[in-house]
Formats: sequence, C-alpha cells, structure tokens
Amino acid sequence: MSTTPLSHIRNFSIVAHIDHGKSTLSDRLIQETGGLTAREMKEQVLDSMDIERERGITIKAQTVRLNYRADNGEDYVLNLMDTPGHVDFAYEVSRCLAACEGSILVVDASQGVEAQTLANVYQAIDNNHEIVPVLNKIDLPAAEPERIRAQIEDVIGIDASDAVLCSAKSGIGIHDVLEAVVHRLPPPKGDIDAPLKALLVDAWYDPYLGVVVLVRVFDGTMKRGQKVKMMQTGAVYTLEKLGVFQPKATDVDSLSAGEVGFFTASIKEVADAAVGATITDDRRQTTSPLIGFKEVQPVVFCGLFPVDAADFEDLRAAVGRLRLNDASFTYEMETSAALGFGFRCGFLGLLHLEIIQERLQREFNLDLIATAPSVIYKIGMNNGDVIELHNPADMPDPVKIDSIAEPWIKATIFTPDEYLGAVIKLCQDRRGQQRELSYVGTRAMVVYDLPLNEVVFDFYDRLKSISKGYASFDYQIEEYRPGDLVKMSILVNAEPVDALSMLVHRDRAEHRGRGMCEKMKDLIPQHLFVIPIQAAIGGRIIARETVRALRKDVTAKCYGGDLSRKRKLLDKQKEGKKKMRQFGKVEIPQEAFIAALKMDAD
Amino acid sequence: MTLPLGLYVHWPYCARICPYCDFNVVRDRGRKVEQAQLVEAILTDMRTQADLTGPRPLVSIFFGGGTPSLMEPDAVARIIAEAKILWPSQGALEISLEANPTDAERDRFEGFAKAGVERLSLGLQSLNDASLKLLGRNHGADEAQRAARTARDIFARLSVDLIYALPGQSPQAWADELSAAADLGADHISPYQLTIESGTAFDRAVRRGALVPPDDELGAVLYETTQTVLSQRGFDAYEVSNHAKGQAARSRHNLIYWRGEDYVGVGPGAHGRITVEGERVATFAASKIGDYRDQVEATGLGWESEQVLSPQEQAEERLLAGLRIDEGVSFNELAALDLTPDHHRVVQLAQLGLITTEGNRLCATPQGRALLDAVTSVLAG
Repeated sequence: MSTTPLSHIRNFSIVAHIDHGKSTLSDRLIQETGGLTAREMKEQVLDSMDIERERGITIKAQTVRLNYRADNGEDYVLNLMDTPGHVDFAYEVSRCLAACEGSILVVDASQGVEAQTLANVYQAIDNNHEIVPVLNKIDLPAAEPERIRAQIEDVIGIDASDAVLCSAKSGIGIHDVLEAVVHRLPPPKGDIDAPLKALLVDAWYDPYLGVVVLVRVFDGTMKRGQKVKMMQTGAVYTLEKLGVFQPKATDVDSLSAGEVGFFTASIKEVADAAVGATITDDRRQTTSPLIGFKEVQPVVFCGLFPVDAADFEDLRAAVGRLRLNDASFTYEMETSAALGFGFRCGFLGLLHLEIIQERLQREFNLDLIATAPSVIYKIGMNNGDVIELHNPADMPDPVKIDSIAEPWIKATIFTPDEYLGAVIKLCQDRRGQQRELSYVGTRAMVVYDLPLNEVVFDFYDRLKSISKGYASFDYQIEEYRPGDLVKMSILVNAEPVDALSMLVHRDRAEHRGRGMCEKMKDLIPQHLFVIPIQAAIGGRIIARETVRALRKDVTAKCYGGDLSRKRKLLDKQKEGKKKMRQFGKVEIPQEAFIAALKMDAD
Repeated sequence: MTLPLGLYVHWPYCARICPYCDFNVVRDRGRKVEQAQLVEAILTDMRTQADLTGPRPLVSIFFGGGTPSLMEPDAVARIIAEAKILWPSQGALEISLEANPTDAERDRFEGFAKAGVERLSLGLQSLNDASLKLLGRNHGADEAQRAARTARDIFARLSVDLIYALPGQSPQAWADELSAAADLGADHISPYQLTIESGTAFDRAVRRGALVPPDDELGAVLYETTQTVLSQRGFDAYEVSNHAKGQAARSRHNLIYWRGEDYVGVGPGAHGRITVEGERVATFAASKIGDYRDQVEATGLGWESEQVLSPQEQAEERLLAGLRIDEGVSFNELAALDLTPDHHRVVQLAQLGLITTEGNRLCATPQGRALLDAVTSVLAG
C-alpha cells in the first residue's frame, strides 16, 4: 500500500446521541465505499454488534479505513473513528476526537438535539474540529429537518444551513455525507520526514495477537521492525505487525503521518499501553511529545458478591479477565458479614457498572449480588488527614471526622415540556441546584448541579419513569463539595447488616431509612420470633419496622401417604436455605439484598 | 421379626368428589366387576408383600380412601381375614374403617362390625348445614348426627373428623360446633384446619377470589380454640389434629406413621414403609385403578415404584412425623440415623418455648406444634 499524501486523508469521528443512527450510518459508509459486499456487510454488522455487546466498553474506538473515489475523480483515504455515545465513556470520546480533525454530527431529524449530542459536540468543538451536521432519518413522517436545523443553530451555536440530509437506514444521502467529509473537513497536518510522533489512542487484548494498539500517527513513519519508545514510561518495543481496519484487519508495511492504524509489539498487558501516550522512534525521538490524557478514575463503586459462595474463585478469575482489557475497571477483595467474600469494584459510571455486571453474569455465568452503588467520599479527619472512602463499611469513627466532601456533577437534562415539573421536582428532591433552564421549541433543557451519590442510586431510572422515557440525561463530574453526610446502618434483629449501610445526606436519611426498612420488612420472611428492622445513624434509630412472628405454620394432616411429600418439602426448604444468608438468628434471602438495594419508587 | 406392622387398605371410590380433597379418589359409578377385581388385586398384593415382610405381629388394619364405607362388608371381611392369616397378631389388633355419615352407609355399619371392624372413623366434617353445603358434602347435619349415634351403638370406638377455618367462621361458632361434636359420644376427634390443596376445586375458587380462607392470625385463633374446647371436654391433644379421651382411644394405626413403624400399603396409590432385609423401603402403588390391577397381575405387587430410604431420609421422616405427637422423638433414634440437630438451634427453639428436650426426647410444646413446619425446618437444618 503506497503512502497517501496528507491532502487526501481525512480523519473524522461521528458524534451523536444514542439511537440517532450513528452505527447504521457507519455501516452505510463502509458499504458505500466498498469495504464490504452486501453479504459480508450483514455479517459485519452482526459481528460488530457482537463485539460491542461482548466486549462491551472495551471495544473502545472502532476505526475503519474507507477508500473513497470522490466526484472529482481523486482517491481519498477516510479514517472513521467510531466513538461510544455514553457519558461514562466520555474519555473514550475525547481521545478519539484528539486523533481526528473533524466530526460528523448526527442528529435525528425528528427528535432533535439530546443531552448526549450536546456533551459530545462540545468536546469536538473543544478539540478544534470542523463539524458537518447531518440530519438522519429524514424519510420518517415525523421528520422536521427545518426545525431541527434551527434547533442545532440555537442550542449548539453552529451553522447548520449546509446540514446534509440523509437516511442511513434507507441509504439516502450517503454519497453526500462522503462528499462533505472530503470537501468540508480539513486534511491532517503533519511532517512525514520529522521524527515519529504517534498517539496511543486505544489498546486491547486479543487472544491471538496479544495487546493490539490503535495509533494515530502525527509525524514521521512507523515501519515493521522499528524500535519505538513509549515516551511516558520509557519502555521500548519492536514493531511486529502493522495494519489498518478496512474494516477487516489488513496488514500494511508502514503507517505515516496523518494515518490511523494498529500495531502489535509483544506488549504483555493492556496496562502497559497507557492510552494517550506518545510513541516515538527510539533512536530519533520527537522533541514535542503530545499532551496526554489524564488518567481515568473510577467514580462509582459497588461490592460484587457471588450468590453462591462457592463461586468466589470463579468471580476472582472473571474480574481479572475483564481488568486485562479494561484498565478503567478496578477491583479489590472485600469481605462482608452478610454476603461473604467478594470484590469492591470501581466503575466509570452507572452504565459501566451495569455492563461489567452483565458481562460477569452472561459471559462467565456468575450469579451476583451487587451492593448499593456509592461514590468516593473525601473524609477530612481531625488530625488533618484526608481519607478517600470507597465503601461505607470502612467509615471511620464519626468523632474523629472533621468534615466529609462528596462529588457533585453537572447534569444536563432535555425533556418534553409536560414532564418538566416532575423533572425539576426530582432534581430538587435529590438536593439539586438549578443552574439553567431554557427552551428549545417544546423541549426544555435544564442544567442542575447534583450530588453524585443521589444520582448513582436510582436517579436515571426515576427520570426515565417520570418522563415516560422521553427525557435524556448527561452529566460531567464537577467538584467535591462539603456535605452534611452521615452513615446510615440497617439493623436486622439488632444486628447491623454491613451490605446495607450507606452514606446519606442528613436531610435525606430518614426518608431513605424508612424506605429501606419498609422494603426489608416485605423481603424478610416471617420467623418464629419478632424481627425488628431499624435504620440508625450512630446510636440513634431513625426508622423502624417489624416483621411479625409466625402465628401458625403446620400441616393439618400427615399420615402414611403424606410422609414422602412432606420430606420432599423439607428438602426443598433446605435447598432454599442455601440461598439465605444467616444474620444472627435471622435468615435473609439473597433476593432481599438485591431488591432492597434497588429502591424503585420514592 | 417382631417389629409391629400396620396394614393400610386404600379404597378409592367416592359417591361424590369433595372440592377440598386432593386424595387419590374416583367417582363410584357402581362398577361391580371392576370393584370385585380390585378386591382380588388387593388380596394378591397383600400376599406378595407378606412374603417380603415375613410374619410380623399385626397391630392395625385401616381402611381409608376414598370412601371405604362404600365397600361391600364381605370384601372388608375377606381382607381382614386374609390379613390375620398373613400377619398373625400377638396382642391387640385395631381395625378401623373410614365412613361417610349418610343414611345409606349407616345401614351397612352392622355388616362392617360383623366383618371385624371395631373402630369407625366418621367423616362428619361439620355439624352445620351451610358449612356442609360449602364443603360439597352429600349429607346434612341431621343425617350426620344419626350416623354418629348409630356408630356409637355399634362400634367399640368412634372417631369423628371435622374441618374448620371455613370462610366466615368465627371462633365462637367453631367452639359451639366442636362442643356439639364432643357431645356425640365419640372417644376421638380429628379437627382439621381447611387446607387449600393445589389442583382442587377450592384451589381454583381461591384463585378466582370466590373463596377467601381465614388469614393465619384467625387460623391461629381457631387452632387455639380447638385446643381449649377439647381439653375442657377431656380430649388430650396427642397430635397436631388428633385428640383422644385417654391413651386407649388414640389411633394405634396413625401412631404407626408418627412413630416411624412399618406399614404395608395396598390399593391404588397407597404408600407403604416396610423393612426388608434391614433396609427401610418406601413403596408407592400405582394410582389408577386399572394400572394398579395390571401391576398386581404382572408382578404380584401393586407398586409402581419403590425406594430404599437413606438414613438421612429416614431421619427426616422420623423428625417431621415424631414432632407431631406429644411423645416426640428420641435423640438416640435420630442419632442412630445420623441426624443430630444443631445444638444452638435446639437451645434457641427451647428458649422460645417451642420444644422441650427432657428425657432425651425432642418434643414440640403445644405452641411449637402450631408452628411445627417452621420448627421442623429449623431442626432439619
């Protein structure tokens, strides 16, 4: 493959809100440029969906090299970098954007701008991208391209008069999109003769190839056999295999300035390939390394425990495997009196948490109990130390605590007008502080500052339910703010149940405590004795419920013909008890933990 | 072998199928030939099983059903006579028969007595016409009382069955009904709390919302009422649902089940527990009349399946049955079967006043008996 001149390369990404048709458009672009035949196309689409599902978040940036002969008769290489749409993976988006010069902004021609559209497009603007607005799904009866065009200009503040109209699903306007990429997005800059300077965009573990590294070359050239250096760590590797995705992996001899591709170099672990690193030639190093990305930190934590304690080793192996491919997922062992051995895991956000949990269950066949998600609290001790608290169970003695700070987010919510009242009430109830309220046609945009610990609980579920699914939501972590936070314990028969303790704002404690007690009351089966369920802050009880004692529980008749049946019933009860956790004298079913932590209604 | 033995004979025919009943029953359509063949099959089954058990001292014969009072007294007589030959009894032999309290069946009581039945178990169910109607019974309260009086005159021992916790039944109404039953002169009363068994007409009615049984609170009150009234009337609560006037009035046959003794089961769907060559075998006869007969023809036995009970299974049966009676179950017996209830749980249950452990026996207290399923489940681990 001969080197393409910079002027004939375009590196671009597609930003969109979820469901606005980004994946379909990508597939169409691949098809239109002959990357795959119609038959292969089908397979490819399936494959990529599999990968997205299976690899979940780790298939971070998907890149495809498209060879396109434009209407002007010239051949162009278009590198499409597909980015995840969800806020949890904002850092993925940011590094993809850093590897491109332009973006296609896909907006659904009937739904218009949504919360994620906004977050992602601003990132693209921050990266100095040229932006081509594309209105998708224009063939739907509900499409209102003129209104949406105006909305894009209003809300985002970019010129949308030349927006390309298309329908990825029906194949309308695909050619126009490709022409717009060629003519309206800038070519990459770079010096092919300068020392090698490449950005490590992503890395993942492939069972056959080992660690595969995705790079964008800015200056110079990478060749097979070349010794390259990761500038941040100083580690040196010999390039073994170079290639591009078309979208099938295709080997090439070299990757030059402006190009995007992958390499392998006997790198052992994904953790050795730090995303955002600058890669240079070991002997002829660049003098201007790229500004790397800040390391991603998990912000949401929860405990994961196997339902069957015997599965613990399997869980250990599984989290290890996931971590191999996903450096943003962290874990450490945790012991809970209620739930036995498990892991305290860190995630980028709630979606990340859900994906990991689902992968553990689906791919590794593990039945898990997840404890309530929590955030990192910064605890200022009386002696001046600051402790990061990942697990409410580790809360120090309150008398030694001077102050507690919690992370706040800036949440952007788009909602149809009719649900605005409910959305505002939800935000206020969650200690939100309104920053902004504006209208875009009949849709309202509200921006709130919210404590993350109120959001990780069930905010998103509630938002969806009060808006019948119409509200969209995005957030960014902003800052730590001091808060009047207290540790609330749940006591069952006077014994604290560690898995249920949580940090809450003092004003919300009673409400949450009452909710938890009511829920546990319904979930704990009647025993032979009365079981008090209490919520407590320190020694003070703030809520209480009681599980009545059984009054009558005996089979009326038991004669010769009933013995076998009764014995089987007993055996069944014994089986059932294996799924119970013993708490002092009380047996609590596993489902109780799952259900209690999933507080659906307020 | 000297282990005592009981014989249970299942007669599956009923004049009418009661809406609460989940036993192995069929409508009696007067098929004389089929019924005669069934009697022969039962006799063959008995003979074959006697080969397996050997000559053991027979302590009880129990005709259950179904409605064995629909049997020909001749057939009852033949079965009793055969049983006495197969298993010579060495002391007392209790012979019971379940009967429906209709005028038609009352006319046969003499015949049953002549056949050797000495204890009648009368399925009164209620002494209230409205309740009897609800329970789908084919007799009224007056008719039932007549049957009871006749039975008392004819049989040495009389037991009556009652069902309580019917929709709308107050504790006072139940106390009155129970008192009236105690006046009938029976020496044994078995009041059963109405249980909604799956697959019955009542089960469907409950699902539809057409029948609302009392909640467990009212059920508990009615149970306590039962204990109080019968104890005042001189009946000892020797089992969860069985009360007798003195030791002699206790059902020897049912004690076989609760004490873990051996019993031979014959007739369609009958279960048995027999010790053969040191192993305790659970036997299950084919449920359908035709299948049972075919099975007997083919093998001499009515069994559709049998299972050697492991020590653990035996222990569980001992525990769940033994705790139902006032004498309880001995720890040694459980230990011999490798069951030693968890000490902490035993202590905890004793502290709650639900069990006692005196004399190295595990016994449920009256309070514990009302909660026995939960108690057993705790003890079984």
